[in-house]
Amino acid sequence: MTTTSPDTDGAAADGSAAATDESTGDPLLQVRDLQKSFGGITAVDGATFDVERGTITGLIGPNGAGKSTTFDLVTGVQTPDSGQVVFDGTDITGWRPHRAANRGLVRTFQIARELDEMTVLENAMLAPRGQVGEKLWRAVLPGARSEVVRQEEQLREQAWETLEFLELDHLAEEYAGGLSGGQRKLLELARVLMIEPEMILLDEPLAGVNPTLEEKLLDRLRALREDGYTFLLVEHDMDVIMNHCEPVIVLHQGEVLIEGSPEEVKNDDRVLEAYLGGEV
Amino acid sequence: MSALGDRAAAVSEWFDGRSDAALLLALAAGLYALFTGVSLVLGYDLGGIVNTLRRITFLSAIYAMLVLALNLQWGYTGLFNLGVAGFMAVGVYTMGMLSTAPTTNPPGLGLPLPIGIAGGVVAAALVGAVASLPALRLRGDYLAIVTLAFSEIVRLTYRSPVFETFSVGGVALGTGGSTGMSLPTNPIRILFYENPQEVTSPPSAFGEAVFGAFEGLGVRAPVVEGTAYALVLLLFVAGVYVLLRRVGNSPFGRVLKAIREDETVAGALGKDTRLFKVKVFALGCALMGLAAILWRIGGIASTEDFRPITTFYVFVALIIGGAGSNTGSVVGGAVFASLLFEGPNFVRRVVTQYFEVGIGQTPNTIFEAVGPLASLDVTPLLAYTLSDVNVSALRLVLLGIVLIYLIQNRPEGLLGHRTETAASVDLGERPGGENR
Repeated sequence: MTTTSPDTDGAAADGSAAATDESTGDPLLQVRDLQKSFGGITAVDGATFDVERGTITGLIGPNGAGKSTTFDLVTGVQTPDSGQVVFDGTDITGWRPHRAANRGLVRTFQIARELDEMTVLENAMLAPRGQVGEKLWRAVLPGARSEVVRQEEQLREQAWETLEFLELDHLAEEYAGGLSGGQRKLLELARVLMIEPEMILLDEPLAGVNPTLEEKLLDRLRALREDGYTFLLVEHDMDVIMNHCEPVIVLHQGEVLIEGSPEEVKNDDRVLEAYLGGEV
Repeated sequence: MSALGDRAAAVSEWFDGRSDAALLLALAAGLYALFTGVSLVLGYDLGGIVNTLRRITFLSAIYAMLVLALNLQWGYTGLFNLGVAGFMAVGVYTMGMLSTAPTTNPPGLGLPLPIGIAGGVVAAALVGAVASLPALRLRGDYLAIVTLAFSEIVRLTYRSPVFETFSVGGVALGTGGSTGMSLPTNPIRILFYENPQEVTSPPSAFGEAVFGAFEGLGVRAPVVEGTAYALVLLLFVAGVYVLLRRVGNSPFGRVLKAIREDETVAGALGKDTRLFKVKVFALGCALMGLAAILWRIGGIASTEDFRPITTFYVFVALIIGGAGSNTGSVVGGAVFASLLFEGPNFVRRVVTQYFEVGIGQTPNTIFEAVGPLASLDVTPLLAYTLSDVNVSALRLVLLGIVLIYLIQNRPEGLLGHRTETAASVDLGERPGGENR
C-alpha cells in the first residue's frame, strides 16, 4: 500500500506522505539513491522515488532542484554517478536512451525539439518501434520491400489517427519547423505516443502553451491515463500540478523533499520554504 | 475509395518521377548543345565534337556518383565527411593491388577484375566503417577534422616509399609510391578487342565492325571506346540513384533525416543512432570507392588525384545541386563537372584561338601580367590567366564566384528546396478519403 521511498534522506521520513496515499502499490518506475555531480556541483543527490503504474505523477521543485537532470538520468541521456533506475522490473541504469525507449520508457524535452526539416507526418512516422524498414537491406532489396510498404501503410494510418487525436491533422504535411510553440509541444506528444510506450516523461509540456490548448492537452493526458499510460510530469505551473497530478514529488537540492497528494504538498512548510529559497 | 486514393497516389508519384526525369533530360540536352556549340566554334570535326561530349559525360557521371554518395552522408544524415578523397583512394588502390598482374611494376595479385572491383568497394566500405567508429561521438566540425586528417593519412600512406613495393607472406604487392600504379585496362575493351588486357590487341569482329563504321565519320577507335564507356557510366549513375532513392524513401532514410535534424531526439525515440551512422558511412564510402574505380580504371592511380581538393570539388558540386536532394546531386555533379571543371579549359581554348593571346606572349609571373595594366594593356593578364598552368587557378576563381553567389542568393542549392519525404509510401493525401 505504501509508496514511501526507502528513506535515504531524513526529509522523506515524515509519515504523512505515505499515510493518505491511495495508489495501487504497483511501481512502474523505481528510482533509488540517484547521484550526479557536474564538477563541484551536485545536481542530483540521492533522489529516491517511485512512480505508480497508471498515474500522472507530478515532479516539482524550485529552479536548480535537479528535475531535468533526474529526467536525463532516468532516460539515459546522462549516466548517474551512482544509484539505480528500475523500470518495469528491469534494471535500466545507464542504458542509452534508445534502449530505454525501446523498453517502453520515453521522454519529451523541456524545449520542444522538433525535426524541423521533416513534415509533421514524417515526425510522427519516425517514432514507432520495430519498423522493419529501418534495416538497410530491407529498405533496398526489391523482394524485401513489400513488407516494408505494408507496415508503412499501417504506420501512416496510425500517424493520422494520432495527429487527429491531438488535433494536428490539418498540419500533417507542414514542416515541423513552421509550427507554433504550442503545436510543437503537441507534436512532441504525438511522437512519443506513436512509440506506444508504457511510460512517458514530460518535461514542462505546458510551457508556452496558451490556456485553451493547455486544457486540451491536459484532457488528452487524462484520457491517455485511462488507456493505461503512466506519466511523470515536470511542470512549473502549480495549478496544473495541484489539479491534475497525483501524487506529487517535490525535489529540492537534488533530493526528494516530500512525496504525497497535492493537498499534503500544498500544506507542507518545507515546500514553501524551499520555494522561497530557505535552507532545509 | 481506397483504390481511387491509391491510383491518385500512383499518378502523383509517376508525375513526380517524370518531372525529375524531364529535368535531367533537359539539363543533358542543354549541356550537350552548349558543348557542341563550343566545339563548332573551336572548329572541331565530328570526332572532336564526340570526344568533347564523351569527356563531359564521363566527368559528369563520375561526379554525379560521388555527389550522390556524399549526399547520403552529408545531405541526408548530416555527417560532415571531409575525407571523400581518402575513401576514393582506398577503392582505387585496393582494386589495383588485387587485379594488376604480378609481373608489372608495382606488382599486384593478378586476380580477375570483377573480384578486384568488388574488393575495392568492400575495402572502401570497411575503411569507412572503421573510420566512423572513433568519429561517432564527434559532431559537425570535429568529424570534419578527423575525416580530413584520415584522408591525408591514407594518401600519404599510399605515397610512402615504404609501400612502393612490399611483400605480405611472400606475395609481392605495391602501391607504386609517388610514381603511381598503372591499373588494369578498361573493361569496356572486352566489347571491342580480342585480348582486352593487351593494349596492342587486334579488335574483335564486333569491334572491327563498329570501329569501321565510325572511322568513316571521322570518329577514331579510342573515342568510340571512350564513348561506349561513358554511356555505361550513365547506367551506373542510374543504378546508384535508384539505390539511394530507395534508401532515402524508407524508414531507414527517415531515421537518417532525424539524425541530421537532432540526433538526441532520434535517440530518445528509440533509434540506435550510432548503428545508423556506421551503416551510412560504410555505404557512402563504398559508393565513393566504386566511383573512383570507374574514374581511374584503364589509367594510372596517382596519389595526386586524391588530394583534399577532390573532396572540396565534390562538396561544391553537392552545394550547387542542393544537399538533401538525390536529383539535385546528379544535377550538381553534371553542372559542376561540365561547366565549372571543364568549362575553364574551353574558355581558354576559345579565347586563345580568337584573341591571339598565344603562348609566346604569356608572362611568367603575376607581376609581369599585372604590370602592363598601368598602360591599360590587359592582354598579358588575360594570357597569364588563361595559360595552361593557370587554368586550374581560373577554375578556383570561378568556383569562388559561384559559391559566393549561391550563398547570397540560393543557399539551398538548385534543388535543395525539393521535398523528398522519407517514407516507403506516399505521404500526400490521407488514403481512404477520410481527410476533413
